[in-house]
Amino acid sequence: MSAILSVRDLEKTYEGGFQALKSVSLDIREGEVFALLGPNGAGKTTLISTICGLVRPTSGSIDVGGHDALKDFRAARQLIGLVPQEMPTAPFEMVADTVAFSRGLFGLKPDPALVESILKDLSLWDKRDNSIMSLSGGMKRRLLVAKALAHEPRLLFLDEPTAGVDVELRHDMWRIVGNLKERGVTIILTTHYIEEAEEMADRVGVINGGEIILVEDKAELMRKLGRKLLTLNLSEPLGALPAGLAQYDLKLANDGNSLVYTYDTHAERTGITSLLTDLSAAGVRFQDLQTDQSSLEDIFVDLVKSG
Amino acid sequence: MNFEAIKSIYLAEMARTRRTIMQSIISPVISTVLYFVVFGAAIGSRITEVDGVSYGAFIVPGLIMLSLMTQSLSNASFGIYFPKFTGTIFEVLSAPVSFLEITIAYVGAAATKSVLVGMIILITANFFVPLEIQHPVWMVAFFVLTAVTFALLGFIIGIWADNFEKLQFVPLLIVTPLAFLGGSFYSINMLPEFWQKVTLVNPVVYLISGFRWSFYGQADVSLWLSLVATMIFLFGSLAIIHRIFKTGYRLKP
Repeated sequence: MSAILSVRDLEKTYEGGFQALKSVSLDIREGEVFALLGPNGAGKTTLISTICGLVRPTSGSIDVGGHDALKDFRAARQLIGLVPQEMPTAPFEMVADTVAFSRGLFGLKPDPALVESILKDLSLWDKRDNSIMSLSGGMKRRLLVAKALAHEPRLLFLDEPTAGVDVELRHDMWRIVGNLKERGVTIILTTHYIEEAEEMADRVGVINGGEIILVEDKAELMRKLGRKLLTLNLSEPLGALPAGLAQYDLKLANDGNSLVYTYDTHAERTGITSLLTDLSAAGVRFQDLQTDQSSLEDIFVDLVKSG
Repeated sequence: MNFEAIKSIYLAEMARTRRTIMQSIISPVISTVLYFVVFGAAIGSRITEVDGVSYGAFIVPGLIMLSLMTQSLSNASFGIYFPKFTGTIFEVLSAPVSFLEITIAYVGAAATKSVLVGMIILITANFFVPLEIQHPVWMVAFFVLTAVTFALLGFIIGIWADNFEKLQFVPLLIVTPLAFLGGSFYSINMLPEFWQKVTLVNPVVYLISGFRWSFYGQADVSLWLSLVATMIFLFGSLAIIHRIFKTGYRLKP
C-alpha cells in the first residue's frame, strides 16, 4: 500500500525553547487505522497539529497524498479532516449549519444530502435544528466528527476521541471508526487508552518525549513483545517454591494456591514442557491451568519506561 | 481564491448578527439617538450655526463616524476573538483558507454590520434635522473606507487580545477618546490655536473632516489630506495583518 502521509525529520521547538518534536519521521499507509500512543506531553497533539497546519514546524517536511503540506497547503489540507482533543464548538450555532459551514471552509459547494447522511450516520439527524449548546458531551464529540467529515477527507485525525467519555460512547466511537475504515478512510488516532489501540488499530506507533520510539504492526508487536503467563491452580497450597524449580520464572499467587509462570512467546523454547516435568517430579499437582497474553498496555509501559 | 470559504465565514458572521440583533444593531442606534437628543436638541439649541450649518445637522456626520468607528472596531475584534477564545478557530486555520481570505471574510462581515448601523443612524437623523449630502459619492467612499479601516484595526486587536480586558482596552482608552477629540461634536476651528495644531496628529480628525465635507462642503483639513490619511491607516492595518499571519502571531505557535 502507498503512503498517504509521509513525515520526514519533523522538528518543533516552541518559542519558550521547549522541543516538542525531535526529528519525527512517519509513514501512514492509505486505508489503515494507525494508533499513536504516548503519555501526556509526549508530543501527540503537537505532531497532529503540525501536520494539520495549526502549528508551524521548525524544520522537516510533511507530504500529504503527494502534496507538500506547507508549500501546497490547499491541496494537502483538502485531504485532511481533524477532530481535535478539546471540544471547541460555537455554542449558539445550529447543528446542521455548523456542518455545512465546515464544508464551505474547504471550498466545496453546499451539499445538504451529504450533510444529512453524515448526521444520520452519527445519530445526530434528530438534533439538526438544535443549538450546539443543547447537545450532550457525547453528541458534541460526534458533531466534531461530522464537521471533520463534511469535506469527505481521505485522512482523518482523531485526537483522543474517547478521552473522558463513558464506556458506551467509547464503543460507539469504535463503531464509527470501523465504518469509516470500511469506506477506505485512513485514520490516525491518538489515545492513551491502550484498549482502544488494541481494539481498532492496524498499526501502532509509540511516541515519547517528542520521539517516535516504535512503529509496528499491532499483531506483530503483541506477538513480539508479548509475554505469556501460565497459571496453574494447585491441588494443595504451597508455602514456598520447591527448591528444584529455581531456574524457572515462577511466582506463588493467591495465598499459595496458584503458581504463575512467565515466559516469552518468541523465545526458542518456552520451557513449558520441562517445567511440567519438573513439577511432577517435585510432587506438585495441579487441577487446572490457563494462559494469558500480556496486553498492549504492559508492552507500552515497558517501552516508555525503558525509553 | 477559496470563495466558498469566504462566503461561509461571512455568512456565519452575519448569522451571528441576526442572533444578537439587539446588541449588534439596535443598541448603537439607541445610543446615537441619545447623543442626538442631548447634543443636538438640548445643547444645540443654544449654539448658533457652525460654519453656516445648524448645530444639529453639523454633528450628524460626526455621530455617524463615531458609531461607524466604534462598531467596526468592536464587531471585528469580537468576531475573531470569540472563535479564538472558544477554540473553534482551529477549523478555519486548518482549512485550505489563506490569510487574505480569512481577513476578507471576517473584516468584510464586521464592516457590513457597521455600515448597516451607520445607514440606520443616517435615516434616523433625517427625522430630526434637515440633511443635505452635497457629494454622495465621496460620502459613500468615506463611509466604506472608514468601516473597513476600523474593522481591520479591530481584527488586529482581536488577534492580539488574549483576554477580555485587552479586548476592551484599545477601543475604550484610545479610539473613543480620539473619536471624541477628533471633532465629532465640534469644528476644530472652534479650538484655541495651540490645540488646533495638537489635534492634527489625531488621525480621526481627517476621517471626520472628509466625511463632513461630503455632507456640507466644508472641512477642517483638505479633502486630499483626509483621503491620504485614511489610505495610510488602511494600508498600515493591512501590513500589520500580513505580518501577523506571516509569523503566526497569537494564532499559530
